[in-house]
Amino acid sequence: MLDPTAASPPEPEREPDPQPPAASDDALIEADLLVEDVSIDGMCGVY
Amino acid sequence: MSASGPIGASVTPSAPAGPVGRLVDQFQSGLDAPICLTWELTYACNLACVHCLSSSGRRDPRELSTAECQAVIDELQRMQVFYVNIGGGEPTVRRDFWELVDYATAHDVGVKFSTNGSRLTPAAAERLAASDYVDVQVSIDGATADVNDAVRGPGSYAMALTAMDRLAAAGFSGFKLSVVVTRQNAGQLDDFQAIADRYGAQLRLTRLRPSGRAVDVWDELHPTSAQQRELYAWLSDRGERVLTGDSFFHLAPFGDPLPGLNLCGAGRVVCLIDPVGDVYACPFAIHESFLAGNVRDQGGFTAVWRESALFAELRRPQTAGICTSCEHFDSCRGGCMAAKFFTGLPLDGPDPECALGHGETLLAARGGQQVPRSSPDHSRVRPLDRACDESPLAGTALDVLLA
Amino acid sequence: MATAFDPGRAWALDPQVALRSERFGALAYHFGTRRLSFLKSQKLATVVRSLADQPSGHDACLAAGVAEHEMAAYERALATLATSGMIAERPSA
Repeated sequence: MLDPTAASPPEPEREPDPQPPAASDDALIEADLLVEDVSIDGMCGVY
Repeated sequence: MSASGPIGASVTPSAPAGPVGRLVDQFQSGLDAPICLTWELTYACNLACVHCLSSSGRRDPRELSTAECQAVIDELQRMQVFYVNIGGGEPTVRRDFWELVDYATAHDVGVKFSTNGSRLTPAAAERLAASDYVDVQVSIDGATADVNDAVRGPGSYAMALTAMDRLAAAGFSGFKLSVVVTRQNAGQLDDFQAIADRYGAQLRLTRLRPSGRAVDVWDELHPTSAQQRELYAWLSDRGERVLTGDSFFHLAPFGDPLPGLNLCGAGRVVCLIDPVGDVYACPFAIHESFLAGNVRDQGGFTAVWRESALFAELRRPQTAGICTSCEHFDSCRGGCMAAKFFTGLPLDGPDPECALGHGETLLAARGGQQVPRSSPDHSRVRPLDRACDESPLAGTALDVLLA
Repeated sequence: MATAFDPGRAWALDPQVALRSERFGALAYHFGTRRLSFLKSQKLATVVRSLADQPSGHDACLAAGVAEHEMAAYERALATLATSGMIAERPSA
């Protein structure tokens, strides 16, 4: 449904559409982004 | 607003390049529990730093009791909040400080506490070194005593270094050395790193926001735009070796985003619990406009986090206003809500320190109009009093504060 | 030191890791390294949660419904978690 190679211009905000897990997983898998990490220090608004 | 849509599907070349750029939309709509949060245990403090974000000094008589604090920890455990960052004021002045730290770690809540070092005895350092789940952050705002003490008060540099000596002597490596970057210390970054290296500690640089008492000194203390640019370059160079509390995502337009979520987590993934149980969106926004509720209310902290009107509002898509047309909005996200609020700028517009200078332009246009002030204010030394000869450390015998 | 990920071996969440379910999958926080990992699919969260009960990482993926064309990506995800110390090899019984 979404073409990962196309640049998307800013869109008006809308409610996230319910998606069958497979579709969104495919995009993550293609981009190899199933897991990412940050330091717990990487949240803004915390000492 | 940035391209949004189904979870994980907004993969575009223009999306933030940072490690979790594509989770931005998920997090902006909030989680069922904070990931971590700041908990200011007391407004009492033996120091009177000119830029104190919580305007601390005097204990508030309505402070949460030990039992009330434990009830909050119980809630955090149930919600699976991973971590609390305990601060104040100076949190170690509470008689039950250690008891509460132990209670938290015994209930699956990790602790990092922020301290000026005043009560970090050798015994305390040993105790900390022995614990796996307690981290320490020592505050310092100058690599030399003159720069530091100008902001934190006479003797504060020595006190901080003594605390660091004791932590190192106890074998606690990896504690944090936390610095607020100012015009005066922006040229000392390498020196700060050297101090951290000397102690086997990790350097943390954070942004000065015009919050709390800082509103009165922000104009002269915040880094110049040239310094900001250098700071960004310095941080980029060091990557994840230097922590930032994700406080510099407004500098993302200078290049690749720095490590971190790169988004305002206030009311979405983090928040503040203050000494009297008030829950604010974040510690830089202690003001009625960002007050979500109180842990003493029906339903406790959980109800405030999940049901407060303020947090519901923050979790709705925010309008970018005039930033919509900026090509960098996706990475800077309009910067810091608190920085805008306390400089009198509209929240749907540029950050006062916008990397492209749009904030400066707006600030100049609004001239010397009055700006909001943080409230409550527990300062012992009022800003105007500084003209008098009262030292920031006058009457700092802790017994006075423990009344 | 984290072991390179061999999907044929038995794995488990590191005892210092707290795993929390989310709408998007799960959050995993390692108390020792202070790293926060985002498991960005429910299926990956299921895999990770079931690792300790499965004879191998590969089996855990299969049991969670990971399809053949996805297997490489899931095993790479597990490898990432192994590198960051989030998951560790289970000692052989």
